[in-house]
Amino acid sequence: MNGKQLILGTGLLALVCGLPTAAQQNSAHDTKAASHLTDGKQSSKDDKQDEGQRIFAQRCSNCHNAPEGFSPRISGTVVRHMRVRALLSQHEEEELLRFFNP
Amino acid sequence: MLRRTFPPNLPLLARALSCLGVAVALAASSSICVAQNTPLISGGVGFFSQTTGGQTLLYPTIEPVLVDPIGNQLLIESRASLFEFFSEKGAGRSGYNMSHFIGLTYLQADIVASRHLTVVLGDYLIPFNTYNDRLSPIWISNFQDGPLIANLSFTSSGSGLGEMVSGNAMERKNYSIDYNVYYSVRSSNEQFSASHGIGGRSSLHLPRQRLELGLSYNRLMQDTHENFYGAHAWWEPEGTAFRFRSEYGRGHHADGYWVEADYRTQAFGGLNSAVGRIEPVLRFQQTFRRDNVVSDGLPAVNTQQMDFGLDYNLPHNTRILTSYARQFSATKDVNVWETGIVYRFLFPAWKGKQP
Repeated sequence: MNGKQLILGTGLLALVCGLPTAAQQNSAHDTKAASHLTDGKQSSKDDKQDEGQRIFAQRCSNCHNAPEGFSPRISGTVVRHMRVRALLSQHEEEELLRFFNP
Repeated sequence: MLRRTFPPNLPLLARALSCLGVAVALAASSSICVAQNTPLISGGVGFFSQTTGGQTLLYPTIEPVLVDPIGNQLLIESRASLFEFFSEKGAGRSGYNMSHFIGLTYLQADIVASRHLTVVLGDYLIPFNTYNDRLSPIWISNFQDGPLIANLSFTSSGSGLGEMVSGNAMERKNYSIDYNVYYSVRSSNEQFSASHGIGGRSSLHLPRQRLELGLSYNRLMQDTHENFYGAHAWWEPEGTAFRFRSEYGRGHHADGYWVEADYRTQAFGGLNSAVGRIEPVLRFQQTFRRDNVVSDGLPAVNTQQMDFGLDYNLPHNTRILTSYARQFSATKDVNVWETGIVYRFLFPAWKGKQP
């Protein structure tokens, strides 16, 4: 019984901490996105990086946490492996490869 | 319930190691020509404990993955599982029984035939719903044990032997669609056991909504010749570390679903702060049996289970997984306590050239 109460309490605490945080995150992201839109000098290289980052967030981290870095020698292998396992398009594969090798 | 059920089998060690040896040899031979396509070794090593209804099971495990690109269009990949089980003797006796298992989870060749088509040959994980081929590795799962419907439509192995075609069918700015279609032959080989069957899965991705919706189908073409249907929905709101995943599966004699949500806050210094590394996880699941025929891997009676998890993402690709679950069924209600630690590794299998 004590164990159940502990778990329930922890879950509720996490929920209470999390709800306002989600709103803050959306706000922070919107601000960042807005600054990108208004900044006419944004380089195409940065855009490519953003595209790779977006693809990574959508197609990679929806399954697993990002590994804390890996050797550039295997970046091509990692991306091709993910193309097969996550059914990435050729465009997504190219953008991810560029994201890993800026 | 463990993630997957493996019968302890000692003599498999030599065969599995020889298969991995061949794969490593392939890795060595192909690594010299392409700098950034160096073969890699990845995977996870973990130590888990599970107490179900007072019975404790301890199991250290290693799941190595080898990926070896050969040229520009071919990829050889394989995953193995090595388990050691220590289970309480029970019935008033002290001490533990010990058993172990080693075997290949899959071994496949991927041929990238075109921008929309990849041909997979060999022993592959069946893409029915999402858990089996996407969430089952120990360094990915939020819970140690898989959902109750994880084995729906599979025989013991969860893999098929034969051919699969897959890829991204179309990609537009607002959506993309991917697919898998597979055909498997029947095999009773210890390392490559499979059922005769066909099936497929297709998923729709909506990047703006950060939504993924998919449908699966599997037909077993041996013994009972059953059809199985699946559907999944994943949602990951933009700018948050919140993930929602759900699946529904249906067979002739039973059906079930699971819903899971996990979250990490960025409010106290980002995801890599002490607080941001905490990851609460909730999962709710139910199975329903429509008759007394048990041929589909689902529980024999109607079952409900609520899982409360609290994971902690340590630095250096290490995760601590803890959870409590209460399972309700017509036969018995049980508590399931689980704790474990997993380290995920990823490094080149060969020195290769500096890029």
